[in-house]
Amino acid sequence: MTAPLIPALFFLVSALALGRRVDVYAALCDGGREGLALVGRILPGLVLLLTAVELLRASGALEALTRLLSPAAARLGIPPETLPLLLVRPLSGSAALAVGADLMAVHGPDSPVGRTAAIMLGSTETTFYTVSVYFSAAGIRKSRYAVPAALAADLTGFAAAALFARIL
Amino acid sequence: MAYIWTLLLGISLFCGLLRGDGDLGRAAMEGAGRAVELALGLTGPLVLWSGFGSLLARSGLQGGLAQLLAPLLGRLYPTARRDARTMEAISANVTANLLGLGSAATPFGVAAVRRMGELAGQERATHEMCRFIVMNTASLQLLPSTVAALRSSLGSAAPFDILPAVWLSSALSVAVGLSAAWALGRLFP
Repeated sequence: MTAPLIPALFFLVSALALGRRVDVYAALCDGGREGLALVGRILPGLVLLLTAVELLRASGALEALTRLLSPAAARLGIPPETLPLLLVRPLSGSAALAVGADLMAVHGPDSPVGRTAAIMLGSTETTFYTVSVYFSAAGIRKSRYAVPAALAADLTGFAAAALFARIL
Repeated sequence: MAYIWTLLLGISLFCGLLRGDGDLGRAAMEGAGRAVELALGLTGPLVLWSGFGSLLARSGLQGGLAQLLAPLLGRLYPTARRDARTMEAISANVTANLLGLGSAATPFGVAAVRRMGELAGQERATHEMCRFIVMNTASLQLLPSTVAALRSSLGSAAPFDILPAVWLSSALSVAVGLSAAWALGRLFP
């Protein structure tokens, strides 16, 4: 059902922009260059973090951690394999991308675990990073209840992702 | 990150020595190699989506979405509404997030919070600042482009079939985050 959605979206937006006399091709190329720069920016972090993930797996630490936390995850209906993703998601965007990519590669992007990981990545954010960047920019010292409320939202996002990965 | 990296290495080394098997050196090199494969696979879709994002901005569609959202955002931020500059930054941030342009959203978000801080004139976060930050950390996304790029680079049959699930999960987490912020704001005024 979603197969023609993306090309149709591309076509509609391109046609509309053309109607408004926007140089569609130049806009796509300029934005694409930013995307390329983004890949360059995240690559070093991705290398370090996937190295760490691979080390954690080879040493058996990943397995031990998953086993340790799986009773709590089971109560929320979250697949225990995705627990490492839950732990790094609020802290670092590139770490979350590395762990999520690892889960999708190992279990398959269309497997239940791979889909859950993808939905979790899509529906949550790097909470601590966002809070610290925004508040330090504004010179705020007392963040009050922003962090607990944001973490409540994250936990809901994870549980909801697991639920909707199962039923949708 | 420096602590996390060192901690991860320490844990791996400890567990690896404890088990005594497994070639950690080879695993490290393999992980590094996989990261480059991943980045290469990700490059094409990510370039395409970033291009699409800038097209959305230049065609005025992002501005149209901002107008559509103005009444709702005005309700969420009654104090900020009185200042045109704050409201502009807030709606640019929200629309960029909705369209999956995360890196474009951050500068607007920072500008919005900074302006709110100036107007409040205190070092203590206001209710609306907390609300705005919770909305950002809960991730509102109509087009989760990076995740879709990741899925397609790993050979997913339908990279976008997660869309309805992402929308519902995001909506639920934003709703819970805003309710939690509201309740905590009442409890600790």
